[in-house]
Amino acid sequence: MFSTRNFNRSKPVLFILILFPSLLWAYQFVTGNLGVNPIEKLMDELGLMALRLIIITLMITTLSNIKPLKSIVVIRRMIGLFAFYYVCLHFSTYIVLDHFLDIQFIIQDIIKRPFITFGFISFLFLIPLASTSTNNMIKRLGFKLWKKIHYLIYPVAILASMHFYVLVRADKTEPVIYMGIIILLLLHRIFKRLTRPQLAQ
Amino acid sequence: MKILGSEITPYKTYLNRRKFIKGSLASAMLATVTSSAFAKHDSDLSIYTNNLNEKDKLNSYEEITTYNNFYEFGTHKKHPHLNSGNFKPRPWTIKIDGLVKKPQTFDLEKILSNVTIEDRVYRLRCVEAWSMVIPWQGFQLSELIKMAEPLSSAKYVQFVTVFRPEEMPGQQKRTIIWPYREGLRMDEAMNPLTILATGLYGHEMPNQNGAPIRLVVPWKYGFKSIKSIVEIRFLDTQPETSWETLAPWEYGFYANVNPNVNHPRWSQGTERRIGEFKRRETLMFNGYEEEVAHLYKDLDLTKFY
Repeated sequence: MFSTRNFNRSKPVLFILILFPSLLWAYQFVTGNLGVNPIEKLMDELGLMALRLIIITLMITTLSNIKPLKSIVVIRRMIGLFAFYYVCLHFSTYIVLDHFLDIQFIIQDIIKRPFITFGFISFLFLIPLASTSTNNMIKRLGFKLWKKIHYLIYPVAILASMHFYVLVRADKTEPVIYMGIIILLLLHRIFKRLTRPQLAQ
Repeated sequence: MKILGSEITPYKTYLNRRKFIKGSLASAMLATVTSSAFAKHDSDLSIYTNNLNEKDKLNSYEEITTYNNFYEFGTHKKHPHLNSGNFKPRPWTIKIDGLVKKPQTFDLEKILSNVTIEDRVYRLRCVEAWSMVIPWQGFQLSELIKMAEPLSSAKYVQFVTVFRPEEMPGQQKRTIIWPYREGLRMDEAMNPLTILATGLYGHEMPNQNGAPIRLVVPWKYGFKSIKSIVEIRFLDTQPETSWETLAPWEYGFYANVNPNVNHPRWSQGTERRIGEFKRRETLMFNGYEEEVAHLYKDLDLTKFY
């Protein structure tokens, strides 16, 4: 049985572990050690990290259904905010390093290219999630409304995985695995919902 | 900002290598490279860069050989470099068939003893919107076509890559339909810019770049420049090509570099030159408009992309 305290104690370690890759890539980028096409590499790594973290937040909710892991939800907020952090870095790499703030071009790119459209909407949906993540906000909004807003994580996850899926030219194994995990996690939630009223009887 | 390592183009290393190779003349392939071009620029790289825009700089050997699209060795750019060690580019033959006087199989060494190997520095523009400048060694495809003696009914040339899943791990997975196939219209194939390359930077063609012999069509997106060719077929109808078969809405038969025709995944208006920080404008026909635009004067390039 892991207590809330156990999970709370793991937070500083997790914080450093999850922050570390971004610092490493930034260092490698500045020192010219990120390969032959560093901007592309940086963007890919940041995006993949963000997608993985989004999936992990969904997993945490599922895992918290297992009795001994019930308290794992206490680390979910931090992971979610880190997902947002990596999405922001990913998006700013695209805007600043890849396209040098050519806003007109970027708007065209977002509209015209489905994979960028998916990624961009996913990013937009994450903003209300990140900005309502404090205890204070939960209180102000009321838990019910707060929870409703946070259902946005589902379209966020689906759009993010589609963003990756469409981007890949030929071997779609990796994005399909991520999509599969997301679908399983969502199915589990639906299943739980459908079986709940019966339990109440 | 100095981050990209492009300035480390190993000119000196390159020259030293060339001197070494010239001195040893080890292989049959290199033995044929005794023409004037080779001798002239041991101390002078201008012959390489003469036909290039002054804004173009050679990419380094390392850049050219560690960042490749060659799905036969895996789908990541680093895979061809990492996974091509077991590939055996010799002995090698090329089968010539279809609409020719006499179908036959040429030994690569025989082909090489009949052609003139020259240096060609070309821009290579990938459909993924990155580009490089590469010093190839090779010969004009037209020379091989003459050897092949196609019939006058031949209007297209199809190329096929070798299929050896035991040496090319990417082929063990059906990412695309193997073997890889490409094609050109006869006049494109006969254009003096179109070469079959057998080396780069004075080295024999590295496995990851399409050893031992590959096509280079500099005014088309990189995927047209098919690697490790084992068969050349002459046809009277337009052949199917690998990427077009896989995603016809994205890749056409012509695949001419064209900043005005958008691709659903990548804007083709700009490109990142490997080694540079800021994107640059993509040039019509990759900057070879003067040499090839006439081939397409009757073609709607937005339809035949």
